[in-house]
This record gives sequence, C-alpha cells and structure tokens, in this order.
Amino acid sequence: MSTPLVVTASPHLKDRDSTPRIMWHVVLSLLPVIAVAGFSFGISALLVIAATTIGALVTERGFGRGDTLGDGSAVITGILLGLCLPAGLPLWMAVLGGIFGVGFGKLVFGGLGQNVFNPALIGRAFLQAAFPVAITTWPAAGQSFWTLRGDTFAFPFTSAQTDALTEATPLGLHKFEGTLTPLRELILGTTGGSLGETAALVILAGGAYLAWRGYLNWRIPVSVLLSTALLATVMHTVDPTHPDAWFMLFSGGLMLGAVYMATDMVTSPVTNTGRWIFGAGIGVLVVVIRLWGGLPEGVMYAILLMNALVPFINRMTQPRVFGTRRRVPG
Amino acid sequence: MWFTSGFAHGVHPPESKELTAQLPIRRMAYPKEIVLPLRQHAGKPATLCVKVGDRVERGDKVGEADGYISVPIHSSAAGKVVDVDWWPHPDGTMAMAVRILVDPYAPQIPRPRMVPHWEGLSVDEVVQAVQDAGVVGLGGAGFPTHVKLAPPKDFPIHTLIINGAECEPYLTSDHRTMAEYPKRVHFGIRVMMQTLGVSKAVIGVERNKPDAIEALTRTIPTDLDITILPLTVKYPQGAEKMLIHAVTGHEVASGKLPVSAGVVVQNVGSAAAIAEVFETGLPLIERIVTVTGHGLTRPANLIVPVGTKLRDLLDQCGGLTADAAQVIAGGPMMGLAQANLDAPITKGTTGIVVLARQETRTERVYPCIHCGRCLDACPVFLNPSLLGDLARVGRYDEMTDAHLSDCMLCGSCSYVCPSNIPLSQLFQVSKAGLRRAQASAP
Ligand code: SF4
Ligand code: SF4
Repeated sequence: MSTPLVVTASPHLKDRDSTPRIMWHVVLSLLPVIAVAGFSFGISALLVIAATTIGALVTERGFGRGDTLGDGSAVITGILLGLCLPAGLPLWMAVLGGIFGVGFGKLVFGGLGQNVFNPALIGRAFLQAAFPVAITTWPAAGQSFWTLRGDTFAFPFTSAQTDALTEATPLGLHKFEGTLTPLRELILGTTGGSLGETAALVILAGGAYLAWRGYLNWRIPVSVLLSTALLATVMHTVDPTHPDAWFMLFSGGLMLGAVYMATDMVTSPVTNTGRWIFGAGIGVLVVVIRLWGGLPEGVMYAILLMNALVPFINRMTQPRVFGTRRRVPG
Repeated sequence: MWFTSGFAHGVHPPESKELTAQLPIRRMAYPKEIVLPLRQHAGKPATLCVKVGDRVERGDKVGEADGYISVPIHSSAAGKVVDVDWWPHPDGTMAMAVRILVDPYAPQIPRPRMVPHWEGLSVDEVVQAVQDAGVVGLGGAGFPTHVKLAPPKDFPIHTLIINGAECEPYLTSDHRTMAEYPKRVHFGIRVMMQTLGVSKAVIGVERNKPDAIEALTRTIPTDLDITILPLTVKYPQGAEKMLIHAVTGHEVASGKLPVSAGVVVQNVGSAAAIAEVFETGLPLIERIVTVTGHGLTRPANLIVPVGTKLRDLLDQCGGLTADAAQVIAGGPMMGLAQANLDAPITKGTTGIVVLARQETRTERVYPCIHCGRCLDACPVFLNPSLLGDLARVGRYDEMTDAHLSDCMLCGSCSYVCPSNIPLSQLFQVSKAGLRRAQASAP
C-alpha cells in the first residue's frame, strides 16, 4: 500500500459544523442588519462599523495567540460593537472601542472561549465610561446617504464639534420627556438610536436563520423577550404611565441584545435550563433598569450582569448523571 | 410502528449503511494463512495447546480456556501450525498468536463431533458447552458469553435483552444476521432463556432495519414470550445502559452491572453463535463481518474465518480505493484505526470500515466556545466540556468527582464538538492515567 494509513483514536467521524463555520454564519446573518443601518444612517454607519471591526481585528492579530483571525470571532465582536454605537461617533473612538473590547473583553482572559463577558459589550461599556457625551449623541435617521452624521473624522482627543442634526432616542424621549414613540416608527426604525436599534425585524430574521441552522440557541432570545414583555405588561397594568410591552420590545437595543449579544455561546450558559434562567434574568434587569435606573437604556448592563452569573447558573443546572441522583459538580 | 423507545441526548452521524444493508451474507474464500491471537476476549488469554508443526483440523482447539473468565480458541481452518509468536493485534498492541498455513486441498469440513442435545443438559452443562465452544460477545467487547449465562444467584434475572440495535454507522452484520437467520437467532434465545430461567426476552432493533424487524416478528416461536422492540435511530442506542433503559425504563445505577437491574444483555450475533453450537457442534471459528466504507471498492457482508488478515479480507473486497485514508476495525465511532493490515479479524470484529480522506477528522482544534453541544449529546448526562478542561491539565481527581467513571467512551461528545476538541480521546487517556495512579497507590 502506497498511502500511509491515518491512525487516530475514535471516534473517527466528526459532525460537519465547526467553530469558524458557526462564527462566519453569524457574520453572514449580520450583513442585512448592517445594510439596514447603512440605509438609516448613511455612510457614517458603515464607517463606524468598519472602524470597530478594524480595531477588533488588529488587536486580535497583534495580541491573540497565534493565527486566530480565521475563527471569525473578532469580526463578530467588531460588528456587534459598531451596531450598538451612534452613527456620528468619531471614528477614532470607534477604533478604540474595538481595541478595548477584544483586548480587555477577551484576550486578557486567554482568548476565544475564556472570556466571562461579551467582548462587544465590554467595548461599549468602555466607550460609555470614557466618552459619555459622544456616545449619547444620536443623529437623526433619514438624511441622505452621504451626509456625515457627526464629527466622524475628528482628530483623536480633540473635543468633538457636533453640529449635525440630532434626535433623542425613543427610550430617552420616554424617560426624560415622557413622550411615547409610536410602535410603527419603532418597528420601521425611523427613529434616532444606535446603528442596530433600527432594524428589529431584520435582526429577528437573522436570529431565526441562525436558530434554524442550530448556530444560536433559540431559548435565550425567546426567554429574554418573553420575560421583558411579561414584566412590562405587569408594570403597565399597575401603572399605565409605564410603557407597554410592545414599546419595551421594539425600542432601544433589546432585539440586538437578545438575539446577538445574549446568545454569544462563550458567555451564556451551557444547559437549556440555564439558558431559560439567563434569558429571564436579562429581561427582568432590562425592565428594571429602564424603569427605575438613571439611564434610559439597560440592555448592556443587564447582559453584562447576567454574564457574570453564568458560571453559577451552569453549576446549578447541570443534569443529573445517568444512573445516579447526583449532578456533576460544576 | 410509530412507537419506538429511545433515550435522551445522543447524536445522529450519517448512517452510511446503505452500502451493505441489502447485500446478502456471502462466504469468503479461505486465505492462505490465518493468525489466531490467544487473546480475543475479555478476561484471561487462552493458553497455547498446539506446537509448531502440528496439523490441525477446522474447529480444533489451539488454545485452552485459562480459568472461568476465559474461553478456548479454535482453528478456523485445516492446516499446519507454522509459527507461534507475537503478532499485531487489531487493538493496536502485539499479542501471542498461532499462525496456521491453510491446507489448500482440505475440504474444510469440521471434524465430525457430537452435537449435544441441549434440552437434556443441565444448566451447568449448557454453560460448559458454550464456554467450550469459545463463544464471546460478538458486539465488540468480547466478554465470554457463558459467564453472563450464569449470573450470581443473589441477582434474580427477569428479562433477557438481545441487542440488535447496531447503532454504529456503516455496520450491517447484525442487521443481515437478523434478516437472514431469524430462526437461528430465536433458537439461540431459546437456549439462553432456558439456561437463565427467564420467561421473557426482548430484542431491541433500531427501526432503520424494517426487514430485520419483520423477519424476526414473523418467526417468533409461539411458545416463547419474545418481544421485538423497535428503537429510535440514534447513536449510541446500542450501548448496554441505553438499551436497558429503552426496554425496562430503568437506569442501571452508576457503577453497577446490568444484572443489578434484573436483566442480561446479549448480542444478536452471540445468540446466533450459541444456536450454531447446539445445531452443528461447531465452535465459534467464523463470524459475519461487514467490510465497507467509501474507501473500499466492493463493500460486502461476509462470513469470515476468525484469524483472516485484514489485508486478505480487503483484497477479497476489491482492495482500497485511491482516496482511502483510514482502516477501522469496528464501527467508526468506537472502532480502532489500524496501522498494520497484517492484524487479523478476531471474534469481536464486527466490521472493517475504510474511510475516505474527506471523511476523516481535520486536525485543527479550536478553543471550547461553551456551545453546550457536548452536554446535549452525552447519553449519560456528563459535562464533557468541563471534563475536557480538567483532562488537559491532568486533574484526574476532579474528573473522578465529575463522574469520569460513568463515561462509556461512546465518542458522541467528540463527534459534535464544533471546536474539534478530542474529548472522548482525552477521557480514554485520563481513564488509563487514573488506573495507573490507582495501581501505584499504596
Ligand atoms: S464519550 Fe463519555 S463524555 Fe463523551 S458523550 Fe460519551 S459518555 Fe459522554
Ligand atoms: S461541544 Fe466542544 S466547544 Fe461545545 S461546549 Fe463542548 S467542548 Fe466546548
């Protein structure tokens, strides 16, 4: 026999799904979301997403262990971070967010799979802390494609000169001015907000595609959305000045968070029971922060808080070992 | 037939059984030489009882059972003993083996022997006859069958379970046995039921073998309580604990044997082998082997003399194709990849699967992304992701605490892992490491 035989330990077969394949499918499903962001906020949106992605990739390349760009996870982080930023954000801030997200959100933990918190949200939290004004300056939707929505090319660390057309987000409007944006506008995305806030239906479609392929666990978004809707309905019934479930579901970053951020496999529980609990926790926290917190939006903190609880949730929800009454100690 | 029994979790690898599922069993031509390892079963190896230069007939002993948990080895062909030496064993090690040059002119009929009339025999005599015939579990593990026919008295047995699940991809030897020799299977079951003193037997068959289910159902002896239970098609449905769960609804307690649940599990092939012993007096010297795979020219279900070298067997099936990459003894999920095609077929070899290059695993391993697929796959509800982390740093004590001992090395976790982490492979190594540590402990 001419060719040498391959000798490896069993099993000798392997399911066709691989980690890069899952990651790149997530990227693929995000393309329509990016397109909608571009449609709503023009060239600025695309520039911001490109900037965060470049920041993420450069960091992964420079400080990651070996050749890890191909697994696609840094691209996801970059795109997701971009999608939760306002279109007018100066690009140097966006790049910095990408660098920080991948560097401190992932690489310091040891790279892919080791991180506790969602890297995109870490990047976002950093930007929120560092540039609270820039990150809450929401350009209005619906200007021409080539209009820059803010001081996009500001030189790093100069104070931004915002003279662009801005608009408060529906959540901000509600929190600080008590006005409710009509549901129709929310769903169609003709409101102010971050890039990914205006594409609820496209996000849902992307999530459904991933869930169908088995690349996303449907329990998490369903649990997040259900618990948010339930609690919002209860609160609305008790006190009708609180917004109803529809407003809660379709405003802010909830869709993006529920479908794309909370479902990050690395930072969500590994058991199905755990996934229900995790999602419900996020939903409850979102409503609580939105109604009583100092900020109009709470999705980011809700997910980060629940991320921290994942090891604990995993431990509590291990299945009972076959033929015993005992769970595997986590 | 909408009702099937199954278990939670498990995986669905491509079955690839269509290559041989409808091919009738044929007898292969005798090879020029056979090699009989003295260790082909769990327990003590047989002790040599021939010497170089001896003439043996088909069915003569070449090795005697060494104690109770052991069986004799018989020659599968008439010929001359030419060598007794270490020889590659399909389990990857070297084993003492008897090499026999097959007499090309012998008619290869066994020496006439007394066929014991089983109904007149006592339980002990049946058990003895089964041991003398060298019958072992034909499903792979090769545990001596007679031992399971005489369970300890303090465990009352209520049901005999016959394993016809054949959940490994590619393999069809049990399938063909059930479809072509259903009466023989039933006769073997009759002998075993009588010996065990049970009144109930259940044959578990995955429902992807409707012709086998039909043949068995059609031939159930009217005086016996035998049920054919169609099982969900899922790997590892044929694992002993999964099968018992499907049949009885009970989980065998962790660390306990099936007898503790009041059942004895035997493989379909072993039932047929026992039938053969009491029909013709022939010991276990040949078995049905599925020779298949996308890297093989002419897949087949063959009656193969035990001791046939893999090389000779593959040659009879037209040889390997150009893109053949891996030759596996057993199924692709739990079988062993072969480095040396001089290794022989043993009593436990269910099949030889030749995988083509594109089916073999890729090498690149990614970090665990905590997708949880392995947890959803593990049939005994372990946390392979956690065990894998522990295995890589050699924390065996914590692995024990995480129920490593309950892992049956089925490979489901490795099969699904998108990061290509060799989980069950790591567990195999860990189990060995743990055994060594325990052996050297004071
Ligand atoms: S090899 Fe072990 S850990 Fe992996 S799925 Fe099978 S029983 Fe579970
Ligand atoms: S299947 Fe692989 S990547 Fe997924 S949790 Fe298990 S070990 Fe980790």
